[in-house]
Amino acid sequence: MNTVTTQILTKYPGAGRDKLIPILQEVQEADGYISKEAVALIGRHLGLAASKIYGVATFYNQFRFKPKGAYHIMVCRGTACHVKGSADILSALERLLQLKAGDTSRDGRFSIEVVACIGACGLAPVICVNGEYHGKLTVDKLEKIIESYRQREAAHGN
Amino acid sequence: MATDTLFSLGADALKKLRRESVDRPVIFVGAGTCGLGAGAAQTLDAVRKWITVNAVAADIVETGCIGLCAEEPLMDVQLPGRTRISFKKVTGEKAPKILESVFTGTVDAKAALVQFDDGVNKGWDGVPTFAEHPFFKRQTRWVLKNCGVIDPESLEEYRAHGGYEALRKTLSGITPAEAVETVLKSGLRGRGGGGFPTGKKWQFARAEKSDLKYLICNADEGDPGAFMDRAVIEGDPYRLLEGMALAAYAIGAREAYIYIRAEYPLAVERLERAIACAEKHGLLGERILGSDFSLHVHIKMGAGAFVCGEETALINSIEGKRGMPRPRPPFPAVKGLFGRPTVINNVETLANIPVIFAHGAEWFAQVGTAASKGTKVFALSGKVVNTGLVEVVMGTTIREIVFAIGGGIEHGAAFKAVQIGGPSGGCIPEANLDTEIDYEKLKTVGAMMGSGGLVVMDEHTCMVDVAKFFMDFIQRESCGKCIPCREGTRRMLEILQSITRSRKNETGEQALQRFQGVMQLTELAEVIRSTSLCGLGQTAPNPVLSTLKWFRDEYDAHVYDRKCPAGACKELLSYRIVEPLCKGCTLCAKKCPVGAIKGAAKSPHYIIEEKCIRCGACIAACPFKAIETE
Repeated sequence: MNTVTTQILTKYPGAGRDKLIPILQEVQEADGYISKEAVALIGRHLGLAASKIYGVATFYNQFRFKPKGAYHIMVCRGTACHVKGSADILSALERLLQLKAGDTSRDGRFSIEVVACIGACGLAPVICVNGEYHGKLTVDKLEKIIESYRQREAAHGN
Repeated sequence: MATDTLFSLGADALKKLRRESVDRPVIFVGAGTCGLGAGAAQTLDAVRKWITVNAVAADIVETGCIGLCAEEPLMDVQLPGRTRISFKKVTGEKAPKILESVFTGTVDAKAALVQFDDGVNKGWDGVPTFAEHPFFKRQTRWVLKNCGVIDPESLEEYRAHGGYEALRKTLSGITPAEAVETVLKSGLRGRGGGGFPTGKKWQFARAEKSDLKYLICNADEGDPGAFMDRAVIEGDPYRLLEGMALAAYAIGAREAYIYIRAEYPLAVERLERAIACAEKHGLLGERILGSDFSLHVHIKMGAGAFVCGEETALINSIEGKRGMPRPRPPFPAVKGLFGRPTVINNVETLANIPVIFAHGAEWFAQVGTAASKGTKVFALSGKVVNTGLVEVVMGTTIREIVFAIGGGIEHGAAFKAVQIGGPSGGCIPEANLDTEIDYEKLKTVGAMMGSGGLVVMDEHTCMVDVAKFFMDFIQRESCGKCIPCREGTRRMLEILQSITRSRKNETGEQALQRFQGVMQLTELAEVIRSTSLCGLGQTAPNPVLSTLKWFRDEYDAHVYDRKCPAGACKELLSYRIVEPLCKGCTLCAKKCPVGAIKGAAKSPHYIIEEKCIRCGACIAACPFKAIETE
């Protein structure tokens, strides 16, 4: 059923528990999230109960259990970004997209994730959209950036 | 095999690799994560296009980050016979013009940042050298020596700048026991936070008898506000690998892990390539440099948990478990990863190792204070002019870092405090700015070295809000093992939330609890500190305690006057339109995202307090400065 996960698991023959996190990371990289089916498959492969896998996966901030949007927006909430107003950026973003942090929009176009620190503190406040960094943000700049992604998405959709 | 070619490079070849002279122009673009964030990718595209359009035969080199994030994207140009000159804020649009100016010899000194004074090539007039530039001249760059200068993907360039000399010398003439002794004598202490003597850690692990020992490099830079580990890995990955090889040789480890944050994709990529290349050249893998010493390095990606900076939690995470700390002893040096003796060192610590072995322990120990030797890299950020990475000798004052190197507070605002050591550290107010960088001295003022994040705060930063920010972070990142940390940090956060909540949002006895809460803060802090297992819990109350100690007046203003002096706590603000100033242009009403501003065109508007979300959009929109807050 979940062929991607099955394919990934074939790369880890006879793996032990220490491979659990790398496998989860790889599955998330491929699927965008950790699905129930993937957890069941990984559990069978590693001989671990699904509860154990969820125990590990929910502990770490990286793993998500809902699919992410076509544009996945990471908002840095590190100290430097906070001091430079990332709380305003986040609330403006939530308002713009009508979306709460951690959620994916119903049309699957956008998702927002709050991260502890991207490590680009010199450019605070920072967001990262699908690997593209945008620094020294203001609410105005943010509106333009989101608009540009909306247009890109529209062009892509047509 | 290939090793021979690397070590048999002649003086001329090494000179070429160091670019002491170039045959054709070289264009360097700083393409670390921060550079890319500032638009280095567009700069690179523009440079490539310019070269093709003008049919110029030039090399393009992507370097790491030189440390001055505020001026990025950076582009350097080196023409034959001229010194390498660096330009600031080179966006894609500006790049062609700047290139034009260099190639025609009409450089605008204002667009330039600095030039590499090598004493051989002809310099550029009016452009400061590293020894003259205020940001660079006070720094002592050991760990960051190559960052932003060399091509991080080129092993040959690292070699030409003195790389792998320390490893070769050590493997051929020094026993592991002597190597441990060297680090002990150097006085190097862990750069990740605790400041434990690195040599001692090695000594413990070396003394253990085991068939297998591990070395772990902690690159899980979870401390928000610190990014030196990322910069070192992106800008000079071979330095880390050489440091790891030396460490593993000293403690007798054959397997090593680099535990790195998944949020650093570029660093992971560089590291993977560097490991493959080092293996190919016999600098990692079996029988390194023809000796009996073998080392295999694996990359493990962290999954985002601040507590994994703690040694035992990190070990659990590598083993595929929840990253929860366990009681010590046994210490990891005795029983660590998979039950084997394990040494865990931070990236910056390991990056210092080649320096020590290349120049000797005595040379290293000459620099610094009595108990803190060598240099320390700080990530300077927040409301300071020159944000970026700064490497200074121990004993430098914080004032010097913030004002002389950092260039002071941006927009001419007044300094309030500098936060050091991340969520475990504390704030240093104006009065203590002359504190020297030293593990012990920082503790006496209620702060700690931590991993080296320095976040500068000005008069517009509310210290209660900062404390609340850290408590929010800590209570989310608490692993949940110790109840005082899990529940106590949550209570502390609730207390801080209560004092920053507007009165109209208070219900029942919340006003009473607000007064009570503040009195309980210190007591709660003491319980959390003394009853938590790991460093995260033991230091969790620090941000609150240190702000309470130095900025009591701000807390009082929140609790009693219900005002935020810095104007940062939104709920305590109220927005008002000053009638005589309002021209009724309707701009604010159009900008207000919640429709809280009403009024007819050309007559003064008013704000409906209940609807206002205090986003500040109206203030930004008003051309007449008619909106004020109090």
